[in-house]
Order: sequence, then C-alpha cells, then structure tokens
Amino acid sequence: MADKPRGKGFFAPGGRLLLPAVLVAFYVLARVLVAAGLLNGYWQLILDQSLIVATASLGLSLIYGFCGQFSLGHAAFYGLGAYTAGLISKLWGHGDPLWFVGSLLAGAVVAGLVAVVIGLPILRLRSDYLGIATLGFGIIVKVLMDNSGKLIPETGGATGMTGVPMVANLTWVFIVAVAAIFLVRNLVFSRFGRSWVAIREDEVAADAMGINTTRAKTLAFVLGCALAGLAGALYAHRYPFIHPSSFDFLKSIDFLIIVVLGGLGSFSGTVATAVAWVFLLEGLRAVLGVAFVDYRGVVYALILVAVIILRPRGLLGGKEWSALLPRLGRRDGREEAKPHG
Amino acid sequence: MAEPLLQIKGLTKFFGGLRAVSDFHLDLGQGELVGLIGPNGAGKTTVFNLITGMLPLTSGEVRFRGESIVGLPPHRVFGKGIARTFQNIRLFKEATVEDNVKVVLDARAGYSLPAAAIRTPAVLRSEVALREEAQQLLGILGLGGRTDTAAKNLPYGAQRRLEMARALAGKPSLLLLDEPAAGMNPAEVRELVSLIRDVKEKFGLSILLIEHQMGVVMNLCPRIVVMDFGEIIGEGTPAEVQGNPKVLEAYLGRGGVA
Repeated sequence: MADKPRGKGFFAPGGRLLLPAVLVAFYVLARVLVAAGLLNGYWQLILDQSLIVATASLGLSLIYGFCGQFSLGHAAFYGLGAYTAGLISKLWGHGDPLWFVGSLLAGAVVAGLVAVVIGLPILRLRSDYLGIATLGFGIIVKVLMDNSGKLIPETGGATGMTGVPMVANLTWVFIVAVAAIFLVRNLVFSRFGRSWVAIREDEVAADAMGINTTRAKTLAFVLGCALAGLAGALYAHRYPFIHPSSFDFLKSIDFLIIVVLGGLGSFSGTVATAVAWVFLLEGLRAVLGVAFVDYRGVVYALILVAVIILRPRGLLGGKEWSALLPRLGRRDGREEAKPHG
Repeated sequence: MAEPLLQIKGLTKFFGGLRAVSDFHLDLGQGELVGLIGPNGAGKTTVFNLITGMLPLTSGEVRFRGESIVGLPPHRVFGKGIARTFQNIRLFKEATVEDNVKVVLDARAGYSLPAAAIRTPAVLRSEVALREEAQQLLGILGLGGRTDTAAKNLPYGAQRRLEMARALAGKPSLLLLDEPAAGMNPAEVRELVSLIRDVKEKFGLSILLIEHQMGVVMNLCPRIVVMDFGEIIGEGTPAEVQGNPKVLEAYLGRGGVA
C-alpha cells in the first residue's frame, strides 16, 4: 500500500524538503547571529551545549523511551566519552582534525563497549535491575574520575582536566546532532525499533513472539550509551574544563528528566526538550540573578510537576514531528504531532 | 499415523509443594484440532506455558516434530513453529495494529543494523513488502480497516483477533489458543468459530485450544482432553467426554448430576 498522501508543496508540513530546509535555516540563522555579534561567546557555548545534550539525550531516548530500560547512569557514559576523547586529544591529537574525529569515535566506542560489559549480564533479567546496576556504575565512574589523577596525571583527578584542544565548534556539534537525529529516526522506524517498542510494551509477550529480548535490549543500551559517549567526546573539545562533577548522578537525572518531559517514545520530543532544558537552565541563571541562582531547583521541580499534570505523557508522548517521519514511517498508532491550538 | 507433530509425555510442574501439572501426556497429529478443558485452576494455561518455554518444567518430555524442545527459551520455541495467544490479552498496546504484526514478520526481514541506520533502498523495499504482508494477514483476520490504530484502542473482540494475527505472522505449524472466546458475546463467538476453522484450513495449522465456552469446544474439536487438579481425567470425542462421569463430577460436583 502506498504511503499516505502528504502535503502537496515540498515545504508544506510533511513535504520532503521541509526538514532539510528547517535544519539549514537553523544553522544559517545561528551563524548569522554569531557573525552579527548578537550571540556572544557565552550564549554560543550554551547553544552548542544544548545540541550536545540533545545528542546524549537521544541515546537515553533509545534506551528508556523506546526500549523501556531504566538507566540511572547515562551521565557516566557521557563522562567516559569525554575523558576518553579528551585524553586522546590532549596527549596525542593536539587539535589535529583527524585525531579529533578519531577521538570522537573512540569516545563512542569506549562507552559502547563498557555498555556491552554491563548490559549483557544484566539485560538477561527482566524488570529494573538495569536501573540499580547503572546507578552503581555511575558512582563507580565518578570515584574513578576523582582518583584518575593517580594513574594518569593528565586527567587532573578531582581537580578536573584542562588542556584539551578546543576544536569543536557549532558546525561540528550541529553535524553530529543532526546525524544522531537521523540515526535514531531510521532505527526507530526499522525492525530494530519495532522490537524495542514491543519489549517496552510487554517483554513476556515479545519473548513469546520470537523476539530475542536480551539481544534487542543490549543493542538499544549499547547504541544509546555510544551516543552518550559521542556527545561527551564533543563536550570535551568544546569546554576548556572537564570535571568529574559534570558527570555525576544528578547529571544522569537531568537526562532522564529530558527524556520523560519530551515524552517516552518520541525522539523529536527528546530533542526539543533537551534544547529547551539547557536554555531554561541558563536563562533562569540570568533571570534569578546571582543571589537566587540556587532557587533554580525549585523552578525545575515546578516545571516538572506542571508538565506531568498538564501532559502526563510528556510533551510529545509517542508522537513525532511529522517532518521527521521517514518514508513509510508511522508508529505507535497516534496521529503525527499536530500543533496544539 | 506418522509421528505426531507434538508429543508430550509425563509433563509435570511443581510450584513449591503445589502440583500444578502432573504426568500430562498428549499426542497431537498434523492438522489435528484438540480441545483442552477443565475447571478454573486445572493447570491448562500452565501446560501452555510449559510447552512454550515460558516456565521451566519439573520433569517430562516435550517433542515437536520429533525434536525435544525442553529448555528452549520462548523465542526459540516460537521460531520452531509454535505460536500462542494469551488468556489475558497481551498485545503491544501502544504500537499500531500493523506494527504488532510486523514486529513478528520482522524476524524474516533480516536487513542489517547499518543498513537500517542509513535506511537504504533495500530497507525501504523490505519495509514495503512487510507492510503488504501485514495488511494481507490483517485482512484475513478482519482487521484490514484499522491497521493504523493503536492496538489498545481496538474493541475487545478485535484485540483477540489481533493476537491471533500476531501469532500467525510467525507462520507457525502449531497454534495454541488460550481462551479465544473469553468475554465474547454469542454473535462474536459464532464468528470466532468459523474464523478458527478458516484460519486452520488456510494456514494448514494444528491447534490446541483452551476454552471455557463448551459450545465452542464441542463445536470445533473432534478430540477433547479434560484436566482437573493438574491431571488428565478424561479424553475422547465430545460425546465421550460429555458422558464421562469423572468429567461431570469435576464440573458439577459429586451427586450433582441431574
């Protein structure tokens, strides 16, 4: 059966060129703002950070949003990527572009491999064991980072690592984020994504219907953690200072909040929420002023409560922005996201 | 008769000290339709769980096409050609009707992860073929018009049919139906009976059917096995079973036969 007829114009909602057009427009707008001096260095950093966080959050979206596996250690994998890539660039790369790309891949691969080691034994079990294991893992990683200076002085241990060449910029961050979005979209609308959703919905039935659940869950977990590692690797090359406290338990909760607020099973919701979340955090810092900056915690909590009351399934629970749907892509039985008027 | 499709001998399951299934046996031939009945708690669903590997068995033997399937995980049992439905419907609720079927068909789609990641033309072709196959199957089960609905939004009877469609998507040779008529009204039950007959014919199935609605069992099954307290207490044709005093006692109690 043919795909549902979409809008006639290429730029109409669902038109084939809408998405590339929006992406190019976003990038050009950001560059123009920077060139015109309207986006100072600080806000550029925030913009890049929002895309990095979006990339890492997409990883958790695969793991939790689509496959239903609760992970409390996402920031640890993000940190593994940051430290791996940061060390490679600091020790050998020195800003060489090839080394930089290599270090990004290394960050993703190391996080992915560690995820295999953790995932394979634990994901044989059902229920929330992964949450407990990743919680413990996150604490272990934090302790290792704090004490890493004794083994590798270049990491700086608990004082943090400096001296990683700052070679990542908006262009790099943007390219990686867009690639991550398309990767996640393509997987979610493939046989792999369908098996993840089946496991999330009913793992017992999925097993009884011929799905190798251990393999499917491990795949989602490893891919998701590799995305976190990749995002961390970018982070290491964008910020002059890498500190263990940037990868602690609370940071993992941040990713979890983003995925839940964005709506479980919606990667467009995850991306939108990740960007909004980062800007909100920084915006509040400006709005509240130095004296009240600690009240940000209260504001987050209020936002969380409000969203859960008003939209219990998250911003886009299970829906996707229609321009992001691939050909032959429809899922989860709800209509594509419509603007709420 | 050639070797039976499914051969069960001495199947026993203890839950702690409780003997849920005891020395259950069954030979089910190719193309046969056998009914499994018994009062609540007789152990019928446990037998299904033991056959499909969802529960480890205490002792006994289960052979499918002459090959032991004891100890295989459920997804491997499914791959051998044994599919089931659930008494308490277990669909992938948030997924579309079509995806509920596709996720089972996917086992044969076979494209690789890298191909899926960049959505190659081959993946797209595979997706088109999958969609067609799913639509066709759903059409046979009378769900053709609702493929884009979330499974949870289907009416009850349709959900039961979708469970059958999902099981059939695995191209099984043996279908285990666990109370397919539960909660259906008489009209729906009549439809279901003819649907089961149709599907059995069309897909060349053998069927083992658990059902409480006697009309369905007596109507569909040339052979019936009756369980009570985990044991087989009678088997035979509907007429034989209906005349078996042990069966009547299990259902109606001693001296309750009017």
